[in-house]
Amino acid sequence: MTDQQGTDLNASPDRGGPAQPLVIARSLKRYFPIRKGLIGRRKGAVQAVDDVSFTVRKGETLGIVGESGCGKSTTARLLVGLTDIDSGDLIFDGDKLGATLTHKELWAGVQMVFQDSYASLNPRMTIEDTIAFGPKMRGVAPQQAHAAARDLLARVGLAPERFAARYPHELSGGQRQRVNIARALAMRPRLIILDEAVSALDKSVEAQVLNLLADLKAEFGLTYVFISHDLNVVRFISDRIMVMYLGEVVEIGPVESLWKKRAHPYTAALFAAMPSMDPDNRTEVPPLTGDPPNPINPPTGCRFHTRCRFAEEVCATMKPAARPVGGEAAHMAACHMLDPQSGHTMAGARGQEMADG
Amino acid sequence: MSVTAKTTINIAREEISDSSRGYWREVFQRLRRDPVAMACGTLILLLLAAVIFAPWIGLQDPVTGSMIQRLKPVGTPGHVLGTDELGRDMLSRLVYGGRLTLMLGLLPVLFALVIGTALGVFAGYAGGIFNTVIMRVVDVFFAFPSILLAIAISGALGAGIVNSLVSLTIVFIPPITRVAESVTASVRSLEYVDAARISGAGPLTVVRVHVLGNVLSPIFVYATSLTSVSMILAAGLSFLGLGVRPPEPEWGLMLNTLRTAIYIDPLIAALPGVMIFLTSLCLNLLSDGLRSAMNVKD
Amino acid sequence: MLTYFIQRLVYVVPVALGVSVFCFLLVHIAPGDPLTAVMPIDATAEQQAAMRAAYGFDKPLPVQFLVWLGNALAGDLGNSIATGRPVAGEVMRAVGNTLILAFAASLIGFSLGILFGFIAGYFKDTPIDRAVTALSITGVSVPNYWLGIVLVVIFSVMLGWLPSTGAGPGGSSAWRWDVEHLRFIVLPAVTLSVVPMGIVARTVRALVGDVLSQDFVTALAAKGMGRAGILRHVMRNVAPTTLSVVGLQLGYLLGGSILIETVFNWPGTGFLLSNAIFQRDLPLLQGTILVLALFFVFVNLLVDLVQPLVDPRIKRT
Repeated sequence: MTDQQGTDLNASPDRGGPAQPLVIARSLKRYFPIRKGLIGRRKGAVQAVDDVSFTVRKGETLGIVGESGCGKSTTARLLVGLTDIDSGDLIFDGDKLGATLTHKELWAGVQMVFQDSYASLNPRMTIEDTIAFGPKMRGVAPQQAHAAARDLLARVGLAPERFAARYPHELSGGQRQRVNIARALAMRPRLIILDEAVSALDKSVEAQVLNLLADLKAEFGLTYVFISHDLNVVRFISDRIMVMYLGEVVEIGPVESLWKKRAHPYTAALFAAMPSMDPDNRTEVPPLTGDPPNPINPPTGCRFHTRCRFAEEVCATMKPAARPVGGEAAHMAACHMLDPQSGHTMAGARGQEMADG
Repeated sequence: MSVTAKTTINIAREEISDSSRGYWREVFQRLRRDPVAMACGTLILLLLAAVIFAPWIGLQDPVTGSMIQRLKPVGTPGHVLGTDELGRDMLSRLVYGGRLTLMLGLLPVLFALVIGTALGVFAGYAGGIFNTVIMRVVDVFFAFPSILLAIAISGALGAGIVNSLVSLTIVFIPPITRVAESVTASVRSLEYVDAARISGAGPLTVVRVHVLGNVLSPIFVYATSLTSVSMILAAGLSFLGLGVRPPEPEWGLMLNTLRTAIYIDPLIAALPGVMIFLTSLCLNLLSDGLRSAMNVKD
Repeated sequence: MLTYFIQRLVYVVPVALGVSVFCFLLVHIAPGDPLTAVMPIDATAEQQAAMRAAYGFDKPLPVQFLVWLGNALAGDLGNSIATGRPVAGEVMRAVGNTLILAFAASLIGFSLGILFGFIAGYFKDTPIDRAVTALSITGVSVPNYWLGIVLVVIFSVMLGWLPSTGAGPGGSSAWRWDVEHLRFIVLPAVTLSVVPMGIVARTVRALVGDVLSQDFVTALAAKGMGRAGILRHVMRNVAPTTLSVVGLQLGYLLGGSILIETVFNWPGTGFLLSNAIFQRDLPLLQGTILVLALFFVFVNLLVDLVQPLVDPRIKRT
């Protein structure tokens, strides 16, 4: 915390420089124990996030996609420090959480917008009080905090004279989500985690809020982690996309490359499930069937092998390592078919296919 | 600068208090449209006024009577509601008796509300081992029917007003704790609590600003629903000889001592019970009205 | 399913243990020396110490508790100070009479409560509903010890139809299922049934109203199912919660009967308790409370164990 003589809240300074990734997640793990019986003996654990590593670069938008229960939301909560990390490192702008960075300091740089716009607003507070609450906690004088709150309300498209004194139940879903965005912005963060932030909105409202998010990003120099199950929305807003399956990252890469290549069979199946507007561009890959396996006892080897149409013996026994797709280091996927040494019969052909693009 | 700062702070404070005043005004307005609740509320207020100002409204002495005036029927000149088995004025005894019965009925719920809310909110917000310890102890107390628990504690401690208060308070702490714990745990899982946490507010501030405001009304409404039970139990303890000692007037005790009179004047003998019944009915109906008036918002 | 049973059974152990700790401590929270009642006034310090040792009061509290618990498990709850007889025997004799009264009251209270609740819920927001609601709120507001007196005044004193006190002709306390004895149980049982009736009626009314407003009921009606068929579906959905409320009330009847037994001189545990209170007979108080509370725990366990029969959702977990 630098200069805060009861004036405005300043964004935490960029310390690492442009080359330093804003977030480095290294082997993040989070298991939720399942306790049973009277004394709560541990009967196993839901492997919500298992050995997840990725980086978020300054100024980009990273989209995270996957089926429900794949660990996207837990990843989001880990990134913002709301859920404790079992093992692994979270490094924010060069500082490791728990070592050179406290939770309070992390929260000065990272904020979050939740899916449920109603549950994320205190029903007994006016929206102005809600937005001003955080800055006041950080030591901003009340009058500045309230003035800033009203400015932010105007900035997210809610006229303060009409909305400032309202309660959450007097607002529509889209308006509430604008308030939530303003509340996050009031903390002057550098990274905002948007966890299904537009998923519950009507399509027309969703588009407006997405545009607002894009404008705010440019204006405040923000970085986004954007979590959604809606692939079209993720494609629209993201620079890079990360695909998760059963608590693991299966593929990560720049939007266009990932969209085109779909190197991991799960990515391909997930994208195939999207309805296409173009009759000439009908689905070729059969979409996924069945539910994801139980995360308490995930499948051995590649976790996707139980539903993968290319699965072979090696997939059930060995966990595939992440490998560059088509020789491009920015685009990685964890599939045996991309590894010529894996012993998978399609390894060579698939690798060639990816390299050809 | 400092002047403007102060005025803005005041404005901000006013807005906050205004908003909470708005909520209560809304509740009160809904309550006003509920004729049953309003009638019961008025009766309770009248009764409270009567028992509080009992020494100044020209009543006769409730503890001394005359043996030649025993068990005069209702409507006797000088004794509007008759006299009891020791010739004491019933009207006076009913009013003074209400004093003790209401006190013994309402205070334990109030004490239990404070203690139970503190325990329950703590258990619900802190979770983990604290929650387990507190809630398991609460479970043990739930193994006793409330009247049995009250009699057990009062029976061991012996008769007396303070002992009654203590035992009834202990009776009502567990249920209030359980309700407070469950509403707190559900509020704690809401995302606005997460949002408050990542704004850097400490746990005490989060509980004070974001949790309490949203759990107090359901806990309070639940506590009001206990007042009628509490009053019936308090009078019941005195009826058994465990609460107030004679010659102090108390409805339950009066009911007991007048039992011998049911063959002579059943109406007089029934009067203290009528008071307990009416008061408890009003408390129940008022609590129901309050519940529906406060629940509309969420 | 089996895990559910085992879980319920295992859960009861610490609660029962907690209940015993509480009952054990009752004697120790009592003001004064628990031995004053049995100690001769002119006892010397040596005699006092000897007596203390004889009763085990010289040992630390946890040891005393273990000794007491061991005795209790072996069926020895100590001796009554007033009569000198074993507490266990006195309590067991009285518990039978209390159970008979509670059984009769639950028969009346639960059947009427469920019936009224069902009718009110089915005819929600009609005059019938309002009448039942008024009746049930009266039921939960009335101090039943007073209601007992009123019923005695009306049916014994004024009309002379039913006996006012006791559990049988000539003050007999040996219960028999014949008309002579049944006449004695009518008033206390009706009195005792009023509170559970009100609570059960309220609960069932809310449940039935809830179920009837659910979409699946509309779907059943749209499919052409008749009123009787729909009611059967409603009943199956209402049964689990009703069962648990009924179980809870059954336990409360055991406790609630204390005051009613005093009013009607019914020779049950309530009668025993009020004697114990008057004579400050702490071992008797302790033993009676322990037995009643454990009974309550047992009834709740029974309800939990029966629950899967009416609630198919438990079977699947």
